Amino acid sequence: MRRSRVTTLAAVALTGALALAGCAKDTGGGSTPPAGGGNQAAGCKLSPVPQGGGATSGSGTAPGAKVDASALKVGLAFDIGGRGDASFNDSAAAGLDKAKTDFGLKEAKELTAAPNETEDAKQSRLRQLAQEGFSPIIAVGFAYAKSVEAVAKSFPNVKFAVVDDDTVKLPNVTGLVFAEEQGSFLVGVAAAHKSKGCHVGFVGGVNVPLIQKFEAGFKQGVKAAAPDAKIESEYITPAGDFTGFQDPAKGNVVAAGEISRGADVVYQAAGASGKGVFEAAKSKNALAIGVDSDQYNQKTVENSKDVIITSMLKRVDVAVYDFVRAVAGNTLDSLPKRFDLKVDGIGYATSGGKVDDIKATLDAYKQQIIDGKITVSDKPSN
Amino acid sequence: MKTTLRGKLLPPALAILFSVLLCTIALLISGDNPLDAFGAMLGQLFRGTTAIDTLNSGAVYYLAGLAVAIGFQMNLFNIGVEGQYRFAAVIAAIVGGGTVLPPVLHTLLIIIVAVLAGALYALVPALLKVYRGVSEVISTIMLNAIAIGLIAYLVSTDAFGVQIGNNIATKPIPESGWMPGIPFGEGGTLFGFVFVAALVGIGYWVLLNRTRFGFELRASGESPTAATAGGVDARKMILTAMLLSGGVAGLTALPELLGRDHEYLQTSPAGYGFAGIAVALLGRNHPGGIALGAVLWAFLDKSAVSLDNVGVPQEITTIMQGAIVLSVVIAYEIVRRMELAAEQRRVGRQLGRDTSDVAAGGSV
Repeated sequence: MRRSRVTTLAAVALTGALALAGCAKDTGGGSTPPAGGGNQAAGCKLSPVPQGGGATSGSGTAPGAKVDASALKVGLAFDIGGRGDASFNDSAAAGLDKAKTDFGLKEAKELTAAPNETEDAKQSRLRQLAQEGFSPIIAVGFAYAKSVEAVAKSFPNVKFAVVDDDTVKLPNVTGLVFAEEQGSFLVGVAAAHKSKGCHVGFVGGVNVPLIQKFEAGFKQGVKAAAPDAKIESEYITPAGDFTGFQDPAKGNVVAAGEISRGADVVYQAAGASGKGVFEAAKSKNALAIGVDSDQYNQKTVENSKDVIITSMLKRVDVAVYDFVRAVAGNTLDSLPKRFDLKVDGIGYATSGGKVDDIKATLDAYKQQIIDGKITVSDKPSN
Repeated sequence: MKTTLRGKLLPPALAILFSVLLCTIALLISGDNPLDAFGAMLGQLFRGTTAIDTLNSGAVYYLAGLAVAIGFQMNLFNIGVEGQYRFAAVIAAIVGGGTVLPPVLHTLLIIIVAVLAGALYALVPALLKVYRGVSEVISTIMLNAIAIGLIAYLVSTDAFGVQIGNNIATKPIPESGWMPGIPFGEGGTLFGFVFVAALVGIGYWVLLNRTRFGFELRASGESPTAATAGGVDARKMILTAMLLSGGVAGLTALPELLGRDHEYLQTSPAGYGFAGIAVALLGRNHPGGIALGAVLWAFLDKSAVSLDNVGVPQEITTIMQGAIVLSVVIAYEIVRRMELAAEQRRVGRQLGRDTSDVAAGGSV
């Protein structure tokens, strides 16, 4: 009798705890002084723009011969969020869609990971695709690394690719990794040039090595363009708590904090939380920089698009597209080891025209990186 | 109170039926064919590694469920199983990866460390409850949040983490620390820890039903005042129950750690502790019931992949899990009232005769 009341209570409390977890979000800070306070319009003391490197930038992997992929069945295993996440899953989907139209690819299957799923769920997903005859199979996200390694061993004739991971050393597994720090460097330069108070900010989603690459590149870019610039840098959640990629409200709070401390250009690498960063920038008259895809043109952040001056492009779509082409044309060896500025696997967006005035500067830095005159470290210095 | 076989079996059957019904409606609304969906869910058991995976994950949920159930027996709501198991998993992975020992000893050491770490993390709310009267519900929720931060630090490269590509993991446990499983070829490998989990379940039953401690524990849960009057030290009971709960919680991640992963990754899944609460509720704190609940929960988990594969939204499994938990509680209450009414009628008929059929244990 008594026991049953306890269990009822427990059930209610369990539901309540879930509901609380759902709405336990801090309300955004309200009254803070406008950004850029005292030294308005002063801007940074800028470094001279690097010269030279006359050659134009590399134009991606060579267009090459037309390939026919109509015989391929491509399997795409997304990370949490899947198609429609307005982030790197969507970018991978875009690459697949382009491959469909360009190479006559007929059959493709997309499966999506569930939050907090176990390793065997990932393996089952990949194994089901392989058993149904899909090859190549593209796993989106480094969380798939171990599962791909396990499954690829039992299907030696199936080609696999993992986005964001190159640790799997098997003949039938291709790693598709990016030089995020290079693109972040360029948007760091843009931030330094656009900051009125010579004070910029970085908002990372989750404090993991992958996002630290964005932070590292950004900081180096800012310091290269303006050695005196002040940089705020924060992560929404610590490693292990991956909600930092999915929480616009927290993104808003963190960005608002940085802006109220004086930052007037904020770069976000926070997945879906980035929406909140843009909203914070808009409400506090600051500027923002997007990430992964050209966020100025993204539907989900349409309302605050006018604060987005540029976006760091991580072309997962290019990598997926190139990989499908390489499999179809049997030219896997020609794929770059890392998708970087040189092969246009990384870049910056110009939509909106807010960085048109400094485009020459950005391209000069870009050329320096491509030529190896500037090397960007992928680890934050402090 | 007396519980008949019908009283035991009817509620879970009703609950499952109800949640199937609810999911059918949800599927129809979203424009999917429910038959396809349920067909895929059942069919997956005969394909690939799903059947074995279900048992493997079932062991994980079973341990989490037992940990929660130990608390329930004592009227303690240990929401902290989540934090306790994750903390224990990281500590066990770090110790296991950092020691060199002969095979069996190495595995034993990891298990003992996990139990101690889980118990240690449960000691904090236990002490707060005993000496300061802090509700364990509040303190364990808080400690869950703290565990996230602790783990983030422990797994970082500043502490014990090793970066592999874009991921960070603890140092892998050498083969001497693994627990061998039973390979089924194409069907996957059954974790050896599944049997350990079963032993823990038996131990739980013996402890509760065949020892003085178990009697005192249940007595304190039923009526703390009566237990105190009977000479049971309530503080000691709370402390022991909480430590036991934490210790079992510490085992939760070991099936996967010792049987498959051999390291704790930054991306290792969380949430087993919360699932354990649901599983304990499903199983009505009975070791057999929890086992069924755990396997059912694991089965629904695995269904997500198969449903996605046939184009049905995988979120349907989450709806089903939620519906089962809620309806199990409701169903038990309904059946309990039915039984009560039936008993009253019978007692009315048999008035004067002996009705000494008080439940012989296992009633929950």
